[in-house]
This record gives sequence, C-alpha cells and structure tokens, in this order.
Amino acid sequence: MAAIRIIPCLDVKDGKVVKGVHFENLREAGDPVEHASFYSRENADEIVFLDISATIEGRKTMVDVVKRVSEVVFIPMTVGGGIKSLQDIEDLLKSGADKISINTAAVRNPELIEEGAKKFGSQCIIVAIDAKRAGKNKWEVYIESGKTPTGFEAVEWAKKVQKLGAGEILLTSIDMDGTQKGYDIELTRSVSESVSIPVIASGGAGTLEHMADVIIKGKASAVLLASLLHFRKYTISQIKEFLKNKGIEVRL
Amino acid sequence: MVGIINYGAGNIRSVCSSIIACGKKVFLIERGSDIKKSDIIVLPGVGAFDDGMKGLSLKGIIGPLVEEIDKGKPFLGICLGFQMLFSHSEEGDSKGLGIIKGEVKRFKLKNKKLKVPHMGWSRVKLSEPDNPLFFNIGDNNYFYFAHSYYVQPDDISVVAGTTEYGIEFASFIKKDNIVGVQFHPEKSGELGIKFLKNFLEGIWLQ
Repeated sequence: MAAIRIIPCLDVKDGKVVKGVHFENLREAGDPVEHASFYSRENADEIVFLDISATIEGRKTMVDVVKRVSEVVFIPMTVGGGIKSLQDIEDLLKSGADKISINTAAVRNPELIEEGAKKFGSQCIIVAIDAKRAGKNKWEVYIESGKTPTGFEAVEWAKKVQKLGAGEILLTSIDMDGTQKGYDIELTRSVSESVSIPVIASGGAGTLEHMADVIIKGKASAVLLASLLHFRKYTISQIKEFLKNKGIEVRL
Repeated sequence: MVGIINYGAGNIRSVCSSIIACGKKVFLIERGSDIKKSDIIVLPGVGAFDDGMKGLSLKGIIGPLVEEIDKGKPFLGICLGFQMLFSHSEEGDSKGLGIIKGEVKRFKLKNKKLKVPHMGWSRVKLSEPDNPLFFNIGDNNYFYFAHSYYVQPDDISVVAGTTEYGIEFASFIKKDNIVGVQFHPEKSGELGIKFLKNFLEGIWLQ
C-alpha cells in the first residue's frame, strides 16, 4: 500500500510566496526555500508551488526558485501555473521539479499531455482539473483560474487525460474552494472511480473530518491543502494522527 | 568523486543535490570515458525504458559502464536506473544492460482500488533487518515511489528488500558491488539521505 499524502500548496508570485505560513519564526518573509523546508520538516509528503506571476519575468524567476528549493528540500516537488510548452516543462524538470501540473494548457492543447508524458514519463505530468457542478452527477471543467467554462464534463475529461498519459489528477471543486465547508465528495469519487491514476483532492477542507471523508468516501489518494496549513489551523502531524485513528495509512 | 550518469532524461539535479548534502563531491558522466574517473557510479532515472537505454547508447556509456561494474566499482541504480540493470522490460523493445538477470514488468493489479502509477510513500521490508545500507533507518520504513513497472530478478537471493503494492515486489536489491532501488532516496526526506550516506560511505561493501 501507499500512504495517503498530505501536500501543502504554496502560491508564488515573482519568486516570493504569497499567502504563506502565518507565523513568526521564518527568517525571511515569503522565501519559498524557507517555506518548503518548514513543511518538509513537518513531514509533508510532497510540496506544490503554484506560480501566479502575471509576467514572463515573474515566471522566469520560478525556475530559480525550483533550483534553490531542490538543493535543500528532499521531498517531491510539483510546479504548476502558466506552463504552456514542452520547453516550459523541461526547464522546470531540469531545475529540480519532479512533476509539473498543467490546467489551461491541457485543455487548449491536449497534445502537451501526450508529448510531455512520452518525453518525460507519465509520473511527472499532473493534469489539474477545476470543476464546477452543472447538475446531478455532472461537473463542468473550467480553465484560466476558474474563469472560463470549457463545455467539457469533468469525469469524461479525467478519463481523456489519463488516456493521453497523465500520471495524476489534481481535482479542485470550484464550488467548495475557499468555503471550508468540506470537499465535493461526489465529484472526487466520480473522478477517482473512473480513472486508474491517483487523484489529489483540493478545495473545501475546513475540518479534519472533511479530509477523512474525501479519502474514505471520495477515494482520494492525496489531499492538497493551503490556508488551513498556512494559518496553522492544523499541523501536518495533527492531520496525520487524526487520519491514522480513522484507519487510514499515513507516513508519520 | 561520485559520477552521476547524465543520459539526457530525468531529474538528475535532485540526485546531485542529495549526494552533495551527504558531503560528497559529484560530477556528471557525459560520455563513456568519464566512467573511469568516478569512484562511485550513480545511474538515476525517471522516464521511459527505451529512451533511457537509447540515451546511454548514444553517449557511448553502455560498454564502459558494464566493464566498470564488472570490475567491482560501487554502483547505485535508482528507479529507471535500477530497472535498466535488467535484461528486458515490458515497457519497451530495447535490451537492458543485462547485468542482473530478470525482467521488468508492468503492474497488473487485481485490486482496482490500487492506482497505477504507484505514486507515493510505501514501506520497504528488509530481507535482513541489519542490512548495513539501512543502518540508522531500520526495517519497514517509508520511501517515495513513482513507477508503473517493477523488477523481477531470476535469482531471488539478490533481493534485499520488498514493498507491497497489490503484489510484493523487489524494491531494493544488492548483488556484490551493485545496489538498486525502485524508490527515490533523493526524494525520501531524511531517511532517503541516510540511505545515500550509507551507500556512499561503503560499509556495505565489506
């Protein structure tokens, strides 16, 4: 078996963590290396950086961030945000990222999934799917940070990206994201049961119970967490202890 | 110096960083003639089997590598670099290095709940609990895996550790001067670094 993974997600803009850890003992505010080291020491199973830079210069600094983090942090690192081409993927992997996550570009140019998986292996291609409920057991895929509807149905799209060679799916419920009212369990379960690749659940966690639910009922292989961790509502150890008591395998 | 084979694929940067973190000097092996200059050889790897073998072949590394390993130079193969030690893989048509007899097979799991790729942290159960490569680590601890294929050596006496994922597969082998791991020590946090240190310090060779 593999342990359920707890994955902190850090937003990075122009090389600095924004919405990062809210507490005192970080030496330099917004330093991605410090944040990643902190979570690695806390026993995070992986780390995700989401690049929200709006400019090309900002994006270029991400490559440097990845290099610096990979020199001192020895857990898997995923980078997402603004990746459009094989060259972008290669630049990040060569700098020390283990996986890249694509969302908008995957919809616009599905060949990128296929070519990326062929060239670098499925294990490093994550397709991020942002989905919004569109009826009973139906969800529509949105791109461009959840702003643009695509007309794609989420479960069908998930099956397609698996076929194209994606190694994992990072699934976010647009409806639940930021509410702290719990995950969209039906969405997670529907996607997870229709693909054979791992699904990382995101969007809506407010309590420890929510996380156990999305793992047990939603069949998620991992949970991605941001503000809950950054604001120190829970520590990673607290989460893992709780899940363990629910009979879920975790790496303590 | 620790020579890390750069065959064009994969994330060798993390492997270099993790070995540097163990206090060792590293250099990249870019061609066959570099192999001799290394005291220890590491073959990292992510990606596809055929691409990996093709990369090694194009750089003229296969012959010198097999020769140096035969001579007894300490060698570590990681993930795809581990799988390439074998004769053949279901993933591709290329022949492997054939240094260890056996096959690389794709997970065909009956348990539908288990996802492929096997991605994440799983336990390594040691054949001998006091294996010097696991000094200060111990039995049944978690390491990071990311793979869809696993190795099946003909001679099971080389298996030093196994991992359970639907089936029990060889996740750690040792044969003379050759060590191979299916997990990524460079991505397995503190325990991964301990494993690399144990490997690099070479007590296991005695």
